[in-house]
Amino acid sequence: MATSKVNKKVFDSEEALTTVKDLRTTFDSGKTRSYEWRISQLKALLELTEQKEQEIVKALCNDLDKPPLETVAYEISMLKNSCKTAIKELKHWMAPEKVKTSLTTFPSSAEIVSEPLGVVLVISAWNYPFLLSLDPVIGAIAAGNAVVLKPSELAPATSSLLTKLLAEYMDNSSIRVVEGAVDETSALLQQKWDKIFYTGNGKVARIVMAAAAKNLTPVVLELGGKSPVIVDSNSNINLQVATRRIIAGKWGCNNGQACISPDYIITTKDYAPKLVDSLKTELESFYGKNPLESKDLSRIVNSNHFARLSKLLDDDKVSGKTVYGGEKDESKLRISPTILLDVPRDSLIMNEEIFGPLLPIITVDKLEESFDVINSGPKPLAAYLFTNNKKLKEQFVKTISAGGLVINDTTLHLAVHTLPFGGVGDSGVGAYHGKFSFDAFSHKKAVLYRSFFGDASIRYPPYTKTKMRFLKALMTGGLLAIINAIFGKS
Amino acid sequence: MNNNGLELEETVKELGQYFKTGKTKSVTWRKNQLQAILNLVHENEDAISKALYQDLGKHPVEAYRDELGGVEKSAQNSLDSVEKWMAPTKSNIPLLFFPAKGEVLPEPLGVVLIFSSWNFPIMLALDPIIGAISAGNVVVVKPSDQAPACSSFLANTLPQYLDTNAIKVIEGGGDVCEQILLHKWDKIFFTGSPRVARIVMTSAARNLTPVTLELGGKCPAIFDHLSNPSDFKMAVKRIVGAKWGICSGQACIGIDYLLVEEKYSSEVIELLKKFIRKFYGDNMVESRVLSRIINKQHFERLCNLLKDPLVAASIIHGGSIDETNLFIEPTILLDPPLDAEIMTEEIFGPLLPVITVNKIQESIGFINSRPKPLTIYAFTKDDTFKRKIVAETSSGSVVFNDTLVQFLCDTLPFGGVGQSGFGRYHGKYSFDTFSHEKAVMHRHLCLEIEPRYPPWNKFKLEFIRLAYRFNYFGLVLHMLGLKKHN
Repeated sequence: MATSKVNKKVFDSEEALTTVKDLRTTFDSGKTRSYEWRISQLKALLELTEQKEQEIVKALCNDLDKPPLETVAYEISMLKNSCKTAIKELKHWMAPEKVKTSLTTFPSSAEIVSEPLGVVLVISAWNYPFLLSLDPVIGAIAAGNAVVLKPSELAPATSSLLTKLLAEYMDNSSIRVVEGAVDETSALLQQKWDKIFYTGNGKVARIVMAAAAKNLTPVVLELGGKSPVIVDSNSNINLQVATRRIIAGKWGCNNGQACISPDYIITTKDYAPKLVDSLKTELESFYGKNPLESKDLSRIVNSNHFARLSKLLDDDKVSGKTVYGGEKDESKLRISPTILLDVPRDSLIMNEEIFGPLLPIITVDKLEESFDVINSGPKPLAAYLFTNNKKLKEQFVKTISAGGLVINDTTLHLAVHTLPFGGVGDSGVGAYHGKFSFDAFSHKKAVLYRSFFGDASIRYPPYTKTKMRFLKALMTGGLLAIINAIFGKS
Repeated sequence: MNNNGLELEETVKELGQYFKTGKTKSVTWRKNQLQAILNLVHENEDAISKALYQDLGKHPVEAYRDELGGVEKSAQNSLDSVEKWMAPTKSNIPLLFFPAKGEVLPEPLGVVLIFSSWNFPIMLALDPIIGAISAGNVVVVKPSDQAPACSSFLANTLPQYLDTNAIKVIEGGGDVCEQILLHKWDKIFFTGSPRVARIVMTSAARNLTPVTLELGGKCPAIFDHLSNPSDFKMAVKRIVGAKWGICSGQACIGIDYLLVEEKYSSEVIELLKKFIRKFYGDNMVESRVLSRIINKQHFERLCNLLKDPLVAASIIHGGSIDETNLFIEPTILLDPPLDAEIMTEEIFGPLLPVITVNKIQESIGFINSRPKPLTIYAFTKDDTFKRKIVAETSSGSVVFNDTLVQFLCDTLPFGGVGQSGFGRYHGKYSFDTFSHEKAVMHRHLCLEIEPRYPPWNKFKLEFIRLAYRFNYFGLVLHMLGLKKHN
């Protein structure tokens, strides 16, 4: 169907309102609540992911030059697993949870029933545009909601692919994609949603939450931060393995453009040169002598981000600090894996989330100082530690506040469905993955069943001293206190 | 920033510094504070009852039942359970990541702000404080200025029992609230009206501060036909207790309106009148059994609800007011117009509209066409109807054949949905609401999987595919070169 530019409908507030209304009508009909509907949609997503793998790989190549293996590993396979987990566990997740009741409300029975919130909005990001669009949608569908997905306009090939595929595979009366940029997003944010799930940066997150506040809409905000890596010099770690894992988490994840990529490293002054050497060796073995040309690295997403990253390198405060890499090709939007050593704490690169292939190393005299360095800044989404020292591990876990922590590896916790994935403080609000996704899009309704047997007259006026005594015993005492109260003791 | 503003800034800074010392994270500290709250309540029962009487005309039994007793129960439960709650929860990690260990560790959020409300001014300040303390946070509590005696009590007494470095009371009105909201908090817990909740959340958005909003709504009571006369009697008693016996209807979980089948409505109304007389007698103001209306502003608001002539015409019991004593008689209305304010706004007072329907099942549609309430009450013995109510309506909670007791059940999450709020607390939910659940994954540096790393090739791609499917057998075959490539 051909559409000329003149006829293309602008997605404005009115359109947004109509979309929400349509979805609300579907939701109110009860269609999305049934187990059968949810499973059918989850299976459809799985089919979409399996059948359209090539198209997805191609879109990500267009948007980010993402190596096919990264797309398969991080976007497609992870999404498939997420679908499969939801399909396998859905019955169990949907079942009401029986809870114990105490003597105070005897006789009674109680349960917690999960119910969908209604019509939800998922706003996705550009760096894992396929995964970060559909993974939250899995949660929304599993929980029985109707969904509008707004993919990032900075990954346009994936955005249009999602529009096409979701229209083809999914139930259009309850799942819609709205493409666009600031205007379209604003139009969407003006509507009343039952939940908004946002993945992106802190600046836009504030706008999203403020818009949500108008309708008292609960939000999940998956943001980022400067995820630090502490490398211990004193516990005889296998440096080669540690280095490879750091590289895999940094440049192996969309060339550092990932919310949980190692942002910077902290290690001791004397160990830093050893670490740098190890990084250089392993980087070369992964990406060859000419990493700017390597097909195994994503490019920088667009010229804005390229300029932003260049600025970090051009900062006077880091001049002379580059010990590896630093090559740029603006026409191809490529920056080679770059390591900087001993950057000052007040440099630009140390005061914003890098989100790119630059890795600064900060050195300290004693490793324990690294905890203070991290805690003096905003709470990151992830923090990493490489060590064999048990005490250091314990201290790290106890002292560092971040969304999630990984010891002796990087980024893997993203793939573990039994761990909640989300931030704290500036790195976000709420969590998802596995059952946490289901919960994020559900209302947990408390249901209490009482009977007419045994009414306590102490509940009602006229209020007397005796009633007061009974009341006290009933509220806070156990059985003995109640018996005592019956026999007139208090 | 004025003098008060600077003081506030200092206070917030000091609290942050104290939190950083880590003192509030220790289980001993938390238990000490919880015990201190218990001591506070035990040793000040009379003073608290007095303050509640002064602010709301609350009878001491109501004060105990709804406030003191609740705080005691909550503090004791937290004291007994906090150590258990603090323990990390193990998470299973797939074999693929062997060797690995995973857990979720709760940690305090930091400096939290609690806004209390005026109708249960002690309970709604101390109960969230209990949650915040159990979770290891430092706290600022802002009691409602509309309950000044209780606000004063808290400001004077909390410092005598609790660690003053960690728990602070800030008194004041709207202007103080505004000032407080200018600061960065690690969590805001708000109990109150949707209008103010919007202001709080908008402020919180500036700093991405997570919030819990405990609001209200029009909590309906569905009254199905009960054939057993003693059941019927009990149901009516419970309804009367839940309307007027709880702060004269000024409660978020109080019954707002009743839904009943037309043919039973007169029976229900007669019995309602009978129990009102029985519980509250004829000299309601003197007998002091019923709370009064909190202040002139709310008194006028409630009187205005009755001013609409069509609404006034629907009054079938009560309706008299005593402006000096801020007292409004328990009032029943039969089928007031549905577009009148009394049926579109949360009443929060001693006026009970009885709405008749043809068939009781219509209640579901009636409730669903309105904003989601905090609680739906239903009196019925019809199990099918019960299931339908749970499946087809949405509310913070549902209670069958009783009222208000869900508040005491600390294994049930207490909170709203939609316009009635989001987030929840009570029992462990209080602890959780003031915690960050930190995911922790432990790995080892031995046992490496080569295919994780570039340069990429077909072998590695296939490996990763198999790995993600947790197809361990396939992986082994692949490694041995025995698997065909797709």
